Amino acid sequence: MGGRIRARRADLGVTQAALAAEVGISAPYLNLIEHERRRIGGRLLVALARALKVEPSALTEGAEAGLVAELGAALNGTSLDAGAERGGRVDIELEAARAADFAARFPGWAELVATQHRRIRSLEQAIEALSDRLTHDPRLAAALHEVLSTVTAIRSTASILAETGDLDRDWLDRFHRNLNEDGARLAASAQALVAYLDGEGAGPEGAAAAGAASPQEAFEAWLEARGGFLAEAEPGAESLPDPQLPDEGEARVLAESHLAQARRDALAMPLADMLSLVEAGAEPGEMARRFGVSLVAVFRRLVGLPGNPGGYGLVICDAAGAITFRRPPEGFQMPRLGAACPLWPLFQALSRPMQPWSGVIEQASRLPHRFRAWTLAEPAAAGAGDPGAAPVFVAAMLLRPARGDETAAAAPVGTTCRVCPRPTCAARREASVLPG
Amino acid sequence: MGKQVLLIEDEPNIIEAIRFILTRDGWAVSSHSDGANAVAVVQERRPDLVILDVMLPNRSGFDILADLRADPALADLPVMMLTARGQARDRAQAEQAGVSRFMTKPFANAEILAAVRELAGPSEGANAAREPDQP
Repeated sequence: MGGRIRARRADLGVTQAALAAEVGISAPYLNLIEHERRRIGGRLLVALARALKVEPSALTEGAEAGLVAELGAALNGTSLDAGAERGGRVDIELEAARAADFAARFPGWAELVATQHRRIRSLEQAIEALSDRLTHDPRLAAALHEVLSTVTAIRSTASILAETGDLDRDWLDRFHRNLNEDGARLAASAQALVAYLDGEGAGPEGAAAAGAASPQEAFEAWLEARGGFLAEAEPGAESLPDPQLPDEGEARVLAESHLAQARRDALAMPLADMLSLVEAGAEPGEMARRFGVSLVAVFRRLVGLPGNPGGYGLVICDAAGAITFRRPPEGFQMPRLGAACPLWPLFQALSRPMQPWSGVIEQASRLPHRFRAWTLAEPAAAGAGDPGAAPVFVAAMLLRPARGDETAAAAPVGTTCRVCPRPTCAARREASVLPG
Repeated sequence: MGKQVLLIEDEPNIIEAIRFILTRDGWAVSSHSDGANAVAVVQERRPDLVILDVMLPNRSGFDILADLRADPALADLPVMMLTARGQARDRAQAEQAGVSRFMTKPFANAEILAAVRELAGPSEGANAAREPDQP
């Protein structure tokens, strides 16, 4: 706790003496607190937090900040509706103000609420995807239409045959022939429908059943389980068996394409050279020039080094801002679902295609974190090189926690509007659930 | 000659079944299968009732209905729509376009007959109900 107080005080440029005076304690006592020699709580903690302009919880347990944000999101989501259905009335503002308290007092329960909230959102997303498919998939619509049309003809014809006593021979023959035709058609269209539905078991719903909401999540879990490093992709590792790929169709495709990319990157940027460059604190731009590769390739290679010695993270988005790759560095918060903060330099890179950028950003949370960021938007590999084809850009953002000597003014960014505490922001698109 | 029903539908076996049922009840039934010129066919034949499928080749039944309603001479024409999708959205869209009756496939023959009688009044040829012409 002391370290957080000290760090926050330093960020604000307040002296120990000034802060001590503000909260009514002696400077030596504050010094003891800051060096973890005295534990504090209650009124003094609240006073210090107020003086440092942060929530008290931000000074206690750092890991709680993300949890509290998630509790806020959970409060605003499904659990609230369920409470209302049972006749319970939930005062959102009151409960949001208690979130930090709840997380501090019942960390296990709070974690459970947050985990369940994530799970609910994942399942909702899977349901939406399914529902979208049922509504919009033209192949499914055509198959169903075919089945219903044939059933209609059969039902109508069969009931004429059953209910018309004095049908003459010609009509009788005609309707029997129609029934036979339609029966064959129905059998074929029903089989087509079953084949279509069977084939979908590997889609998002299959992944949802396996515990992940989307193929991308299954892929991320697969990569995470390997610490981001694919030893099989290094040159000379041909003797290693291919890595166990995810079972799900889409996730497997993502993993295969990631592996192929990692092989190309590993060939262009030898492991030993990269490790020594990282240790020497080389800039990504230097590495790109040295190996004659694109900056984005360097980004990918840096987050894929064994043990991630630089502490790097990487986020990639497409031109619509949809995040297609996420491996955040320690402490960088990313929305699991939905759109991220528009202030991320990642998105700004899309409006400056082909221009590398680097700077320091500060992500708002209970205890703000600073990161060094590098970005570049470049044409996606797929389709590149076709004369006359308009380029489709993807943007990449490399991140690592800012070093002590990186004191440049940090650009403020958030996580996503819903859990962002910044009161005024030109980029805000929806209200925050956090207590103002 | 009974009142005239125009069936705009592209499934030949459905056309045949409906034609049989309605003809036996004394209606004169004609059919048309192309969405593209369906409005012109209605304007030309002036039926007492139109049975209109939603999913037609070349043009949607909803668009055809909207055009029919836009023609003052056809604004009151009873139109019964057939759809293979009973979703509330389709129904709302049809009602907005001015449908007189909405029927979901598959339907019972008796339902079609009852709906046609209700919409267009009893067939004038009802007393002289006859066997349909030979297929």
